[in-house]
Amino acid sequence: MNSMNLALVNEDPEQKKRKHSARVEIEGELCKECLLCIEACAPDVLKVSQKLNKLGYHAVEYIGEGCTGCGVCFYVCPEPGTIKVYKRINES
Amino acid sequence: MIKDILQKPESFYKEFYRKSGSNKLTTHYCPGCGHGVIHKLIAEAMDDFGISNKSVVISPVGCSVFAYYYFDCGNIQAPHGRAPAVATGVKRAIPGSIVISYQGDGDLAGIGGNEILHAANRGENISVFFVNNAIYGMTGSQMAPTTLIGQKTTTTPYGRSIQNEGYPIKVCELLATLEAPVYIERVAISDTKNVMKARKAIRKALQNQVENKGFSLVEILSPCPTGWGVKPTEAKKWIEEVLSKNFHLGIFKDKTSEPVALLNEAKKFDPEEIKKIIGEKNQNEQDTKFSKPDVKPKYQNPRIKISGFGGQGILFLGQLLSKCAMISDYYTTWLPSYGPEMRGGTANCQVNISNKRIGSPLVTETDVLIAMNLPSLDKFENDVKKDGLILVNSSLIGRNVRRGDVEVLYVPATRIADEIGNTKVANIVMLGAYIAQTKIVSNDCVLYTTNHSVKKKEFLKVNEEVFRRGMEYVISYKRKSNKEFDTVIF
Ligand code: SF4
Ligand code: SF4
Ligand code: SF4
Repeated sequence: MNSMNLALVNEDPEQKKRKHSARVEIEGELCKECLLCIEACAPDVLKVSQKLNKLGYHAVEYIGEGCTGCGVCFYVCPEPGTIKVYKRINES
Repeated sequence: MIKDILQKPESFYKEFYRKSGSNKLTTHYCPGCGHGVIHKLIAEAMDDFGISNKSVVISPVGCSVFAYYYFDCGNIQAPHGRAPAVATGVKRAIPGSIVISYQGDGDLAGIGGNEILHAANRGENISVFFVNNAIYGMTGSQMAPTTLIGQKTTTTPYGRSIQNEGYPIKVCELLATLEAPVYIERVAISDTKNVMKARKAIRKALQNQVENKGFSLVEILSPCPTGWGVKPTEAKKWIEEVLSKNFHLGIFKDKTSEPVALLNEAKKFDPEEIKKIIGEKNQNEQDTKFSKPDVKPKYQNPRIKISGFGGQGILFLGQLLSKCAMISDYYTTWLPSYGPEMRGGTANCQVNISNKRIGSPLVTETDVLIAMNLPSLDKFENDVKKDGLILVNSSLIGRNVRRGDVEVLYVPATRIADEIGNTKVANIVMLGAYIAQTKIVSNDCVLYTTNHSVKKKEFLKVNEEVFRRGMEYVISYKRKSNKEFDTVIF
């Protein structure tokens, strides 16, 4: 989804890569609002949206920054295709 | 390999096309249900081990009955509790496959308690994922074998009591007492740490199978927010604070570092060996073929029921017919009935002979009934199709066939056999009669088969003679009456 990368602007390009290549994408239409991901996310970068999805749930969304790419939300989410996590890419 | 992107594993279908309704992208599970997480961990492992193209998931009865919506691999849905038996069959038939028995607590510990015990005891080389949520989720939260003492369910509204319902069954502890299992662990889908432990255990159970180590079972304490009547986040907490205090987490058995027992090696027989065991003769004789005679359409592809007293050679007659069919290039099946009725009443067998492949050896609609005694006729007369054929052993059956819409052949088989000196060969008289009437196989074929099926050589001549007498009886009667048979008693 539209993970905002605004926070990247005006930062050192090298650092930007290391720090912010991690992100999460949540397919809102496939979320059942169980909130397990929110509870599990250590940096607390997920929140419940206002909108209802077609299933009738308030989908969870990424606040747009701060995801560490830890992948925890991916593993605790019971839905197969709702969460996609891009891990931090090491330079090696 | 460390993945850069965590996303829907490829061992899931892209779209769950088997799922009914328009939403083909989410599961049918309730929000926060543990099944989804467990499915994901299994699918991810399938991806990583590259085994989805040889995996077979056996799904149970319960909420996960529809596991075949999701896993893009072989799927079989087994009757309640029988997944380990089905898994055993698949694994033994295709030893190279990876077979997963996915079961809930009602399925595995309740109705299927016996199945899992024996599969584990045999050390089947399968991976069992036992999803324990302490309740019957699908049917509306009834007590399960793993329901905790005091836990309220719709069938234990005051809480499970030891006096009434006994203690929760601890499957890992129980199975760990057996010799054969190589790996038994209990994990929980609760907080992150435990989910990752579950991930590890699931991968290990699959890896054990890949390495032919033997029987692995992972019990997974899994949230059922709907069945427990709580929010998903509370369900998670309940597992941590209550369920896992009663069902202790950890490894109960791990023999994976020991060398693989030879036990699991599939014994391969070569065809010659099999022939020797079942007493078949050498190759050349097996290859003997007889050509199919021209058969009148109404006698083609018969579904035959043969019935009589035990000792009348009923099963043997069926075998003969089937063997004749086999060497005449037909498809054929022979199915003996081993019901309690064999003790004294009627023995029967069912034979299919067909130009086409046969779906089931069962004969439900009968084209031909060979009734060797009265109880057989009484029992099966009405099962015969309209315009079907009934052969009646009129020596022992003192009544006419009541049906008017079938063809009937009355043959005094026992009397003819007696004239030759042995009532035991009445079955061969009937065979002669049936072949004379239908010409389904050639006479040479029958004589050849009979000669090669009879163990006592003194029977050879007798059989040949009674077979001819049976045929002659039908042919001469036909000549005499010059019409199709009607209800005449000899
Ligand atoms: S990957 Fe980790 S940090 Fe990023 S949203 Fe998921 S749980 Fe939070
Ligand atoms: S865990 Fe999955 S289904 Fe549950 S709220 Fe988060 S994204 Fe939605
Ligand atoms: S009833 Fe329980 S086990 Fe069944 S789908 Fe719902 S949460 Fe899952």
